[in-house]
Amino acid sequence: MENILNIITENQQMIYIVILMVFLGIEVIGRVPSVLHTPLMSGANAIHGVVIIGAIIVMGKASTDNYLALVLGFLAVVLGTLNVVGGFVVTDRMLEMFKKKK
Amino acid sequence: MELNILTLAYIIGSVTFILGLKMLSNPATARRGNLIAAGGMSIAIFATIFLYQTEDGKGLHNYAWIFSGIIIGSIIGTLAAKKVKMTAMPEMVSMFNGMGGACAALISAVEFDHVYREFRLDANIFSDAVSFGHYFTISAGAIIGSVSFAGSMIAWGKLNGRIKDFTFKGQHIVNLLFFGFILVVAGLTYWSNSSITNIWFLITMLSALIYGIMFVLPIGGADMPVVISLLNSFTGVAAACGGFLYNNKVMLTGGILVGAAGTLLTILMCKAMNRSLLNVLIGSFGASNAAAAGTKKQAGNYKEISVTDAAMLMSYAKKVFIVPGYGLAVAQAQHTCHELEKLLEEKGVEIKYAIHPVAGRMPGHMNVLLAEADVSYDKLMEMENANDEFKSTDVVLILGANDVVNPAAKNDPSSPIYGMPILEVEQAKTVIVNKRSMKPGYAGIENDLFYQPKTSMLFGDSKAALQKLIAEIKAI
Repeated sequence: MENILNIITENQQMIYIVILMVFLGIEVIGRVPSVLHTPLMSGANAIHGVVIIGAIIVMGKASTDNYLALVLGFLAVVLGTLNVVGGFVVTDRMLEMFKKKK
Repeated sequence: MELNILTLAYIIGSVTFILGLKMLSNPATARRGNLIAAGGMSIAIFATIFLYQTEDGKGLHNYAWIFSGIIIGSIIGTLAAKKVKMTAMPEMVSMFNGMGGACAALISAVEFDHVYREFRLDANIFSDAVSFGHYFTISAGAIIGSVSFAGSMIAWGKLNGRIKDFTFKGQHIVNLLFFGFILVVAGLTYWSNSSITNIWFLITMLSALIYGIMFVLPIGGADMPVVISLLNSFTGVAAACGGFLYNNKVMLTGGILVGAAGTLLTILMCKAMNRSLLNVLIGSFGASNAAAAGTKKQAGNYKEISVTDAAMLMSYAKKVFIVPGYGLAVAQAQHTCHELEKLLEEKGVEIKYAIHPVAGRMPGHMNVLLAEADVSYDKLMEMENANDEFKSTDVVLILGANDVVNPAAKNDPSSPIYGMPILEVEQAKTVIVNKRSMKPGYAGIENDLFYQPKTSMLFGDSKAALQKLIAEIKAI
């Protein structure tokens, strides 16, 4: 029990962020028209590509003789970039079509 | 100084994500919102590469690896995103989502390896060396990321028809037990002797991958959009685990934001089908009771209509509604459809599109598709408005849509789609249904509409049928 309380106290900043972001995430897209559901899903998909930052940190910290970490980290960077770049480009392509006939 | 700039970059990143999502939910600002989020992401990424410092104040190294990874990923990502056809968009989103999940899982794996190497010599039991909070985030990131990756790949396979539905009795109980098994293994990893901890961790990840497959496999293809949206929010949470791991606020903000927004989007989609999320996940579509309900009253007769008659009917109508569905997307008939629309308009026919929120394979799928063909915004009517107008409509032309116009959703309580709001096309004077054959649609449910007296069938591929229609109308 005390263990858990300690974890909460140690990470209180992070926990506050989590709670606020949950409400913000719900609030922000609450009024989206169904027309935009697919692009919104795609855009959100690109945003969680922020995980690539973790991949970069992992890669940059790995010691140069730890090949397992290097290979896995490299793979993570490639996949993360795919998620970010692909996600944003696909979303832009979808939205470009929306704009043309306005 | 450098660290302060990094913090600033992360704050900018977080704000752009929130702004981006906000702007994405408004048609006028959506595109700018996407670009803003992309800009913020680039700032955060490059700031991390050049300014990040480990606890002992050292910068990152292995730049060659990092940059080649980013370049390879960017080239493949851009090419894939540019080449993909509009109809394959849902698969593409699922694929990219899977990549993000795999990335999160790999980060956890490397972090585990890092912790494991450092502490294996110091302690006998893994839990003595690593705090529970730290292990929990590693493990959660690995499990959620793996489930999201495997699940997204299955969803991808299902959408492009490579993987068929697979169900067996008691599957959900097996799945539930298997999920429990993962949690047990994850616990064993923590409290195991440090010499075999890595093996336990490997088993955890492998079982999470298998669980991801088993989780999506029984869910019917018609429900795939909901699943993709759900997996999307899973990946968000997995990314947030990475944020916890490195005390990185921008990963946390982005991850949780997507996790929460994705969950809401999932629920919104379920609501559009008038089902609960649990029902989507457990009540596998098209299972035994659906088949029973369908076969009972299949005896009806349907009538076919010739292209000439259909052309005649439409060009002398006052008001025509087009109901697009997945068949239109498969046939890539959106441009031909727009041509027909222009042609009829020249003849003085009032023509509109009735868009069901879950038509196609993704909410908004039809809007994206028709937008590609330059169909004007104000011609697209949402379900409620369209339903009000069907009464005064002469002809409804259904192009490859099925479940979204199935009256069973309104009047057959035994139907698996009972309760789902539908486009009430049977209120119109005439209904022309374009389908390739009489086979039931994606959800595997018979559709009474096809056997009604006012309905006539126009068989054939949407594009071919529309081209013939256009030729006939021009000839009139």
